[in-house]
This record gives sequence, structure tokens and C-alpha cells, in this order.
Amino acid sequence: MISYVARRLLQSVLILVGISVVTFVLLYLLPADPARQIAGRSATAETVANIRTQLGLDLPFHEQYLRYAKGLLQGDLGRSYLQKTEVSTLIASRLPASLLLMAGAITCELVLGLAMGLIAALKRGSAVDNGLMLASFVGVSAPQFVIGIMMLYVFSVVLGWFPIGGYGTFSHLVLPSLTLGILGAGWYARMMRSSMIDVLRQDYIRTARSKGLKGRTVLFRHALPNAVLPVIAMIGIDIGLFMSGIVVVESVFGWPGIGQLAWQAIQRVDIPIIMGVTLVSACAIVIGNLVADLIAPFIDPRIKLR
Amino acid sequence: MASDLSAAVPAAAAQPGALARLARRKLALFGLSVIALIVVLAVFAPLIAPYNPDEQFFDGLTLEGAPLPPSAQYWFGTDLVGRDLLSRIIYGARTSLVIGVIANGASILIGATVGITAGYFRGWIGTALMRFTDLMMAFPALLLAIVLAAIFRPSLLIVAMVIAMVNWVQIARVLYTETRSLAERDFVEAERALGAGSFRILTRHILPHLTSTIVVYSTLGIATTVLLEATLSFLGIGVQPPTASWGNIIFENQTYFTSAPWLVFIPGVAIILLALAFNLVGDALRDVLDPTQQGHH
Repeated sequence: MISYVARRLLQSVLILVGISVVTFVLLYLLPADPARQIAGRSATAETVANIRTQLGLDLPFHEQYLRYAKGLLQGDLGRSYLQKTEVSTLIASRLPASLLLMAGAITCELVLGLAMGLIAALKRGSAVDNGLMLASFVGVSAPQFVIGIMMLYVFSVVLGWFPIGGYGTFSHLVLPSLTLGILGAGWYARMMRSSMIDVLRQDYIRTARSKGLKGRTVLFRHALPNAVLPVIAMIGIDIGLFMSGIVVVESVFGWPGIGQLAWQAIQRVDIPIIMGVTLVSACAIVIGNLVADLIAPFIDPRIKLR
Repeated sequence: MASDLSAAVPAAAAQPGALARLARRKLALFGLSVIALIVVLAVFAPLIAPYNPDEQFFDGLTLEGAPLPPSAQYWFGTDLVGRDLLSRIIYGARTSLVIGVIANGASILIGATVGITAGYFRGWIGTALMRFTDLMMAFPALLLAIVLAAIFRPSLLIVAMVIAMVNWVQIARVLYTETRSLAERDFVEAERALGAGSFRILTRHILPHLTSTIVVYSTLGIATTVLLEATLSFLGIGVQPPTASWGNIIFENQTYFTSAPWLVFIPGVAIILLALAFNLVGDALRDVLDPTQQGHH
């Protein structure tokens, strides 16, 4: 167990190092000259040259990387070209809003997905099952910006139930969470359905039935917990979906998180911010996968540690 | 004997009647019809589209300069500068399919090369390739595509390549696992013992067993590609106007969505239909081609 955890931790650290190399190479390849961007249009050649030296842009490739990596370890993600602020400060100030949105999305996808999957499994082969599975397919086939704008139109503009974007109260949270959660709900519905069908076929369910337990007891005490656990173990992996999704969802709903920060940076070609958000997201994904792998054996003892 | 050994593992793609069984599934049939319709629209766009998609009509806007709602003259209404939305949707089908085919073809090519090489040869090459794949998996696809699109100036081909660079990872992982287990099977060992070279084993004995997986992932991959292209175009860093793409139609017109919702709903439904169609067909293909998953329906 300890050696498994240690090996998994080491792997994650190596991937984090790899991530820093990839982001650095991408930054290095970018056609835009950071020194000129920071100095502004009216700067003299001398000022630009000074900034270049200051940033270490005249150093050889590997020395530049070491500078960059050292900065990362100290939490330095560079400075925004246009906002003249540390990228890490910007990200930190917007992270809580994104985390709130993700919590909302996880709630939506679990409630929707597990309920749909459970009903589909119990009504297997019926029209309800087919309808739910088609709905789950639509859920994974619909781009989030389309779902978001459609929901805004129907629930905010026409029905007036929710505010048209923004941040602050619970009602602001509902539509963005649903939009971000629908994709995952589609996957969870399909996984939950097959997991439940699988569990219902097991011997211990037959035993429980044959010793005369009520259908409901068998279902909720014996089948459901066993079917839900392996599905729940996937939450850590969802972080990757969320990290891509928040850029779109936050920009549609005007939600002040790191996704909107990235979107605004795209419009202004503010590269350090885009890179910072990418780096933070990649780290979140690595940590999410690590946590998912580490808790999986506790949730489902049949999973063997490799 | 050696040549018969490979027949012990069912080569799914060669199964007769796979198409017939596919056609018996209602959802797959629906998906196939949608794909066929969109392909026809894309190929014959100049013949089908009622107007030039880039022409701004004098009577295409209200007196106040707002887009026109759907009518007998403009079936899907007009967009914010008075162009015919139906014609732009029809030409947008071209963009989606061209990018879908190029990007997906390229990502399958990269993914298959990486996955099969790593799975067959193993060793340090295999380890290095798969560690790199793991690394790429840690990046959120959309953000990585955004960074790449910022490095290269977006054109149709560049958008396709950006999508390919992001999407090859999954197929590489799947083919790696399959190739690895195939390479350890007896029939491959037997071939090797008979003196067959790696190239012959790969092309004659391993690749045929991977075709069904590749077919399934190519189909599902087009759905992913269509969605990613639409999202990049919606963010303004994908296909650039005036070239019509379903994503950039929404990008251009989103400020009007409260007063002219059709400008978002119609292209939005088009994207959903196309992605849904490929997902339905891909999923059905997986059931039909995978002999281990039968008895599912």
C-alpha cells in the first residue's frame, strides 16, 4: 500500500514537471515578444532591451526554463501584460467562484446522472430506458455554450425564473451549474445504468431476493450502494472536463471565475494569464486523478493496487 | 497452421453483416440518416443554398437594422448583417465536415502510430511515448487548444491541426493496450517463431485486429472534433469569419440572442444533431463490432 502511494505520488510529481516543460516550450514558441508587450508601443528600443534582460529573455533555452521553473515553485506564474498584476494573484482571487461553480456542477451531474441511470436500469428495455439513454446521448453531444445560451433564453429571458447571468445569490448559481453538469450527467447516466445492471445480476442479489427480502430492501440496501460506489470513484477524473467547461460556461454566464479570466485573456491575447490558467488546471487534473486512484481501492476493494 | 492461428481471435471488422446489424438499430439508423443529410448539404452546398452565404441583402434587415425572423423569403431568417442564415448553415456544414474529417484523420494517424508503436515495441521507446501521452492527458483539451490556436494564426487547416494535436491521446491509449495484449498472444509468437518480421506481423496480423477499434474511435472522434471546432469558433479563435461555421455563427450573433434567438438556436441544434449522429453511430458500431459485448440488446 505505502509503496503504491509512493509510486503514484512520484509519478504525479514527474507529470507536474512535464507540464511545466510543455507550458514553457509553448511560451517559448509564441510569436509575441513579451518584452515589447510589457513595455508598450511607445517604448524605446533601449527600454525593451532592458526589460528583456530583466526577464532573462536573452539567456539560453535551458537557463530560461530553470528561471521559469524556480518561479513556479515560488508560486510565480508571471505578470499579466495588460492588467499589470501578478497572474497568481488574479487566479487566486477568482478561484473561489470557480470552485463554487464546480461544486454546483458536481451536485447537478450526480443527482441527474445517477437518477437517470438508476431508472433506466430498473426499466431496462422499456421506452423509458430508451428515452433516458437518448437524453444522455444528447447531453454528451451538446456543446456547453449552446446549452448555456438556450437555458438563459428559456429560463431567464422568456420565463424570468433566473437572473441573466452574474454572480452573488443562489439563483445565479443554478443555470451555470446545470450547464456545466449536463455533460457529466450524460456520462454518469450511462455508467450508472451499466453498473446497476451488472450488480443486479450478481449472486448476492439473488440470495437476498430468495431469502425473501422485499424488492425495495434489496434495491436500496444491497444493490444501490454497490452500484453507486464505482461510479462515484470517477469524480476525480471529472476535473478535466470541468477545467475545459468553465472557460465556456463562465463566459456565457458572466461568472467571475478563472474560466472567465482565461476567456478575457484570449480576447486580449494576454498570454501569461492563459498559460497560468492552463498550468493551474493541469495541476488540478493531476491531483484529481491522483485522489481518484488513491481512494478507489477503499471504495471498491476489488480494485487491486498496481 | 500458423496462418490459421490468427483466426482463433475473431477479427471483428471482417464479420459479415455488421452493417446490416447496424441498420436494424433505430438510433443508429437515425444517426446514419442525419450524417447522410449533412454530407449531401455539404457536398452540394452551391446547388442547395438559396442565396450566396456571404451576400448582405438590402432587405435582409429591418428598418432599425435588426435581423429578420424566419419567413418565406428567408427560411431561417437573417443574421446581424443581413445575410441569409439558411445558406450560411448549409455552407457551415462544409466547414464542420471538412474539419471533422481532416482533424479526426490526423488525430487517428498520430494516435495509432504512437499507440501501436508503444504497444508492440515496448522498451524505452514505448515507455517514453506513453509517458508523453499521460502528460498530454493532464492538460484540459480546450485550454491546450486555445494556447495552440494563439500560437498559430487560425486558418481552416490550422484549426484542424490544433484539434488533432489535442485529440490523439485517447485513441493512442486504447490502441496501446490492445496492441500490447495482441503482441503477447500465441499467434503472434508463432509468426515470430516462423521468422516473420515486425513489419509483416504488424500489418498482417495486428492491424486487422485493431480495425474495429479504429473504426469505432474514428466515428466517436468526429463527434468530439465537431464539438471542439464549434467551441473554438464560438470563442473567436476557431474558424474565422466570413467563412461560415456553426460555432462562429453563434459567436457573431450572440449579442442578439434575446431578440433574435433563432440565430443561436438553429446553428446550435445543427451542432447537436451532427455530434449526436456520430455518437449514436459510433456507440452502435461498438456494440456491433465488439464480440465480447454481445447480448446487450
